[in-house]
Amino acid sequence: MNAAGFPLLSILTFLPLVGALIIMTLRGEEAAVAANARWTALWTSLITFGLSLILWFRFDKSTADFQFVERVDWLPEFGISYAMGVDGISVLFVLLSTALVPLCIMASWESVQKRVREYMVAFLVLLTMMVGMFCAMDLMLFYVFFEAVLIPMFLIIGVWGGARRVYAAYKFFLYTLLGSVLMLLAIIALWFSAGTTSIPELAEFDIPFAMQVWLFLAFFASFAVKVPMWPVHTWLPDAHVEAPTAGSVILAGVLLKMGAYGFLRFSLPLLPEASAYFAPFIYVLSIVAVVYTSLVALAQQDMKKLIAYSSVAHMGIVTLGIFTFNQQGIEGALFTMLAHGVVSGALFLCVGVLYDRVHSREILRYGGVAKIMPAYALVFMLFTMGSVALPGTAGFPGEFLVILGAWAVNPWVALGAATGMVLGAAYMLFLYRRVAFGKVTRDDLRALLDLSPREYATFAPLILLTLWMGLYPQSFLSFFSVTVSQMVNSHQAAMQAASRLAGL
Amino acid sequence: MNWQIALPEIVLAVCACAILVAGVIPKRDTTFPVAMACIGAMLLAGVLVLMQGEGTGFGGQYVADDFSAFMKILALAAAALSLLVALDWNAKEGLNRFEFPVLVLLATLGMMVMISANDLMTLYLGLELLSLPLYVLAAFDRDNPRSAEAGLKYFVLGALASGLLLYGASLVYGFAGTTNFDRLADALSAEGGASAGVVVGIVFIIAALAFKISAVPFHMWTPDVYEGAPVTVTAFFSAAPKVAAIALLVRVLAGPFGDTAGQWQQIIVLASLGSMVLGAFAAIGQSNIKRLMAYSSIGHVGFTLMGLAVGGESGLRGVLVYIAIYVAMNMGAFAVLVAMRRGGRAVEQVDDLAGLGRTDPMMALAMAVFMFSMAGIPPLAGFFAKLYVLLPAVEQGFWLLATVAVLSSVVSAYYYLRIVKVMYFDAALPALDARPAGVSVVLGATGLFTTFFFLFPAPLLAAARQAVAALIG
Repeated sequence: MNAAGFPLLSILTFLPLVGALIIMTLRGEEAAVAANARWTALWTSLITFGLSLILWFRFDKSTADFQFVERVDWLPEFGISYAMGVDGISVLFVLLSTALVPLCIMASWESVQKRVREYMVAFLVLLTMMVGMFCAMDLMLFYVFFEAVLIPMFLIIGVWGGARRVYAAYKFFLYTLLGSVLMLLAIIALWFSAGTTSIPELAEFDIPFAMQVWLFLAFFASFAVKVPMWPVHTWLPDAHVEAPTAGSVILAGVLLKMGAYGFLRFSLPLLPEASAYFAPFIYVLSIVAVVYTSLVALAQQDMKKLIAYSSVAHMGIVTLGIFTFNQQGIEGALFTMLAHGVVSGALFLCVGVLYDRVHSREILRYGGVAKIMPAYALVFMLFTMGSVALPGTAGFPGEFLVILGAWAVNPWVALGAATGMVLGAAYMLFLYRRVAFGKVTRDDLRALLDLSPREYATFAPLILLTLWMGLYPQSFLSFFSVTVSQMVNSHQAAMQAASRLAGL
Repeated sequence: MNWQIALPEIVLAVCACAILVAGVIPKRDTTFPVAMACIGAMLLAGVLVLMQGEGTGFGGQYVADDFSAFMKILALAAAALSLLVALDWNAKEGLNRFEFPVLVLLATLGMMVMISANDLMTLYLGLELLSLPLYVLAAFDRDNPRSAEAGLKYFVLGALASGLLLYGASLVYGFAGTTNFDRLADALSAEGGASAGVVVGIVFIIAALAFKISAVPFHMWTPDVYEGAPVTVTAFFSAAPKVAAIALLVRVLAGPFGDTAGQWQQIIVLASLGSMVLGAFAAIGQSNIKRLMAYSSIGHVGFTLMGLAVGGESGLRGVLVYIAIYVAMNMGAFAVLVAMRRGGRAVEQVDDLAGLGRTDPMMALAMAVFMFSMAGIPPLAGFFAKLYVLLPAVEQGFWLLATVAVLSSVVSAYYYLRIVKVMYFDAALPALDARPAGVSVVLGATGLFTTFFFLFPAPLLAAARQAVAALIG
């Protein structure tokens, strides 16, 4: 039935749910329940991650087809099936999700003290929804997972968040829902015109241009909010600032990728002409995002907000890369997504380390941390460099490829993306200087403890990944290069067919 | 004369009379055994409905088919669930009079007559048999001025609706020459059959039924009656009578008036749009959870009407699926409302749920499931309900309706989320009183249905499809 010999993707998707059920049945004293919930969640997510490594080793990189495919009829009357599979685009995101969640659980080990059981349940449910979304090969199934992510995330922000958590949770939920329901209409329309919701079958279906435009706009409403693209990004800084550390990590690491993934999975292959038609529009929005949010980031006083704005800027690079429609651009976009998932997740963890100790995210509250916490300062610097896209760290290959791809389309677009890299260096270094260097101005900072063993264990995999992705990107690029080249070819074929038609 | 067609109704009527007599005779309080007997009678009627054959009886005035079976089972289930929820609450509020279950039983009988009506006269009879017990029930807490006001208000407006219905029926009779649905269908499908008089009559009939399902612009009574009536009565109001009235609306509009769809479709479209938008916006400012649920139910009726406006096989099936899922979600949510008692007193503000996530995690979880489901978030049942009415709307090109529907569901998500927010995010108030067993049973059943519907949607879809096939053949 598939390369693993058993329904691997379903197990990956629903194993966390089993863990969540076990945690829900825990009874007893509150402290004991909390400890058991932590360990159960950690083991569940670690086992899930261990199983997902099968994907890393057994994935066939020489084909663009879906692999590990499973298919069960779900609503046979409507032709909707429960179809799971991964291809070059999605496989690494599944791994990213399963890798980040154990780290999040470790990061919340001590910082979350109230309602630990519910917290862990929410995270495991979130993991189920994320993995399911990246594995879904059916539009309806994709939508179900895509939307269901909102429920646990709403609760995570709202229950365990900061002072303005209610506002942030609402804003996150309603913004995303508004975009998604329009996508739902587009999905239904697509379904009726094509007669199927299977993604591979839909890719072979030709949609008239006028309809493509409408469908593109509806998908755009959903994905642009999720990415988030300027000017619908305003929910992100609020959600990031108020979410607990681990919530921010997942938000930046995985949830932001859902929008860009949607563009790659649906907009480009299903609506090639409309994508090309709207590409200049996307370029403009992306460059505005890169430049404007970088400048906004420079002015931030709150560390989390600064990193949140930097996420918007990085995602601007990603959308730019996707809509170049060439091999370098799309590969660069995918790589930037992965790198950003690791690096910005790690940066939020870095902020979390300070926040756990001082309970403040004000940049001015700190200074001279490097003298007090040298190991922490080193780790923080590495991820700062990763975010700046210093060659040798994870950020570089992706952004470089995107700029290359953009240059092939239009040098001015490439210039806009490159400005973002310069500004990125400015705000990240500015942040790092103010936090880590300088005199220790506040006495209470002198008593801070350096990283604990648990924190070392949390950061170690991320450090490894950041360096690995920077030094030998090929081991990641090789996963998706065949899929991307096939995507580029079919896009060009569709465009040629369209222009021939126009020529007639 | 095929009297067996009405066997479930006859059994129910006999049971109601017998239970009423049996309840009067003993000196002591008989509420509990009477309620159990009523639930038993409903179960019996349900079994009889399932075993029943198809056909028409009483000179074509009465019809039993898959459609009526589907709707009757739904109405019986809703009524039985609301009785189950009501027992403990009524006892604690000093309302444990044995007439309560009997009145619910009689109203249910009225619903079943409505659902099986195949003639404008039967329709009216069923509607009145439903409405009279409802007026009494709304005023059941007779020492409470709010309850009395609710009863009176409902009675006055309900009488107006009955008048409208009779006037419409007489116009239709006058211009078409018959009140029987089958003959009406023949008459109206003939060339020039749908004269202006008939159309005016149809409009009056639709207005009367729209009043019963509280669709905009005939919704004004809903928030006041929902708020004033005892919560157990509101739980009953919000589900079972709506099932019957929707069933009737579907049968009348898809059956005899099916050929005049061009005339009434715009009315239903407007009522649907109005209900969805009003249900979404008016609930935002409510602090009383019963009023909030009243507006929420108006919104749901708007969605149901969307399926009716689109019509056709898939549209009507969407209506049936929607109403079935609505009954489950709604009964579950009202079970929580009934359980809202603190220190021996019923509380009904949204803020009274504060911190329920800590004090009663299971009930809070169930309520959160109902709220997310009503907001239409997958994979909960409410999403599929909305999906099955959106599908035909998009297929038939009702873009305005579909777009307004999804946007209003986003707006309504705001107030559903507010309940989740109050339960999980806010500081905890003292715990609510322990929830009674009846509430727990209903919560468990409806909660599991709402959560796991996505795994087994086929039986409900197949039943709805069969029901619609019986209707439009």
